[in-house]
Amino acid sequence: MELLVASAIGVLMACAVYLMLRLRAFAVVLGATMLTYAINAFLFVSGRLAVNQPPILNKYAENVSYTDPLPQALVLTAIVIAFGMTAVVVMMALGAFIEGGDDHIDMPDDDRLMPPLKTIKPEDETA
Amino acid sequence: MSHLLIAPVLLPAFFGALIILWMRHDLVLQRVFGVLGSALLLMLALYLNVLTADGTVHVYRLGNWAAPFGIVLMLDRLSTLMLLLTSVLALSVQLYAIGSGWDRKGWHFHALWQFQLMGVCGAFLTGDAFNLFVFFEVLLIASYGLMTHGGGAMRLRAGVQYVTYNIVGSSLFLVGLGLMYASTGTLNMVDMAQRVSEMPAGDTALLRVGAVILLLVFAIKAAVVPLHFWLPSTYANAPGPVAALFAIMSKVGIYAIIRFFTLVFPSDSVIGTIATDLILPAALITLTLGQIGVAGTQSLSRLAAFAAIGSIGTLLIPLARFTPEGVGAGLYYMIHSTLSAGALFLIADLVISRRGGDGWLRPRRAIINTGLISALFFATAIAVAGLPPLSGFLGKLMVLEVTAHDPWMIWIWSVVLVTSMLAIIGFARAGSVLFWKTHALDPEPGNDNDEGRRPPRGPVPVRLETDEPVQDVGDSASPTLAFVSVGVLLAGLTGLTLAGGPVSDYLQTTADQLFDMPAYVEAVLANQEGTK
Repeated sequence: MELLVASAIGVLMACAVYLMLRLRAFAVVLGATMLTYAINAFLFVSGRLAVNQPPILNKYAENVSYTDPLPQALVLTAIVIAFGMTAVVVMMALGAFIEGGDDHIDMPDDDRLMPPLKTIKPEDETA
Repeated sequence: MSHLLIAPVLLPAFFGALIILWMRHDLVLQRVFGVLGSALLLMLALYLNVLTADGTVHVYRLGNWAAPFGIVLMLDRLSTLMLLLTSVLALSVQLYAIGSGWDRKGWHFHALWQFQLMGVCGAFLTGDAFNLFVFFEVLLIASYGLMTHGGGAMRLRAGVQYVTYNIVGSSLFLVGLGLMYASTGTLNMVDMAQRVSEMPAGDTALLRVGAVILLLVFAIKAAVVPLHFWLPSTYANAPGPVAALFAIMSKVGIYAIIRFFTLVFPSDSVIGTIATDLILPAALITLTLGQIGVAGTQSLSRLAAFAAIGSIGTLLIPLARFTPEGVGAGLYYMIHSTLSAGALFLIADLVISRRGGDGWLRPRRAIINTGLISALFFATAIAVAGLPPLSGFLGKLMVLEVTAHDPWMIWIWSVVLVTSMLAIIGFARAGSVLFWKTHALDPEPGNDNDEGRRPPRGPVPVRLETDEPVQDVGDSASPTLAFVSVGVLLAGLTGLTLAGGPVSDYLQTTADQLFDMPAYVEAVLANQEGTK
């Protein structure tokens, strides 16, 4: 069980890292999604793996094993947040694609290198 | 247990919801209630400062549950200091946003502003590690909206990078928290600190990995080299007032580093000096790279962004050893760097909005109010570069003083002093290109020829379309208000300089409190009467 969960998280994480290092927004969004999946699974097992156990303490029975409920609560929060963040990044990537004309994730040179004066101010003509 | 402890979170949440639900079509009401919310937050922060001045650690138990099980808010001198700094910066920058008209470039500016404040205040207040993550996300998601406020291709592209970077950061944060929970079995910071201090030295590999991952996460937020790559494009492309507010956001990362590595992982715990070993070289490189950026960049807003990176490096240097004296000096520089970075971004916006959105460092015609703006730029540049007489000089002096007997003293002193020179060169170059060379540029308007095109006549640049992503001075609601808010920040810097002695004594007491772990244990875990 441990091996299965650990290798699943590892494979997800490897795919996520590969995809996030791509230069296109679509692959990066997919990578971010996989990353959050991997992290959620990781967080879920941080309270140890206990299969087929209830996440509640039973004070009327002796020596009943249980699974830790706290990571489950944490992972629910993390899923909701990751879902919201992914939605935001999809919308912003879409906006950048529509406004910028391509879905490259890196900034164009115009971000840090001074363009020649004529290209930045076409409005000058109307003054 | 005063219920006012949770008010810094609830107040902006209330005002944010109010603005977005009831007054989303009325900008005047939004402005009134937005400013009201920030002003109330400022008063609250002042009150809480008085409350914690005697050195007690106040604890608010949500739902009145007992401590390691319920979530706690923890209010000490450091938290209240950060709250005060946040509310001062937020209020003055918000006035700038209103005065310059930035808040009408897009929707929901004031609501997002309040939610941003909610996240920042929550992060400063919480005593629970997972809650810190949640408040990080609250402040981040509001910052995504604010960062892309006004739209525009370049800003959205920078926004995508910013969001992606932070998704990775948040994921790492969860990994760190998972490791911490797996090895200590708790998420309450004070409880975690107690368990870490009791841990045997042998079996702590997981814990140490968790500590370093948390350090990396906070370093991403604080933009420490080599995790700073998101900052220049984000801050340079964000609207001016938003970038100024973001000056406090990178301090959230610094705050979390201070909180975790004084309380949970002090250097006498099993973690050892691993944080120092990582932070000190990173801080020196951050400072160097930031100031090289200041000297080498071609754009005014990137200059401000690199100055922000440099100031993060400077303030991490005294912190890195996690001694009370070092933290005291770091806190003084933190106040200085927040106010001065805010002022610098606002002045950059003042200049850019008067040059028709052209923020590149190249000669243009003289802008309107050039005298006043150049004076403000000069004063802020002095503060940021760390020249006397302003607080940057005192801050750097304190940094040098606390590192005088450090084993790395030669490195620290030479880096701080040499990079100050770089910053001076960078600011002098920017100032002379922006404010002096204008007069030398072709005095005959008709002859000024940019490849056959006539330049705009008169000092005011052409009016931009209202849906342009850059703000134009012609669209501003009240240029006076914009100047007043820059003046407030500079007055803060002056006050910090004039009251340098009392302020640094106060901050020293604040720093001393951080190292008094039994007081935190007493307040959070031991003293739990009346809880469920």
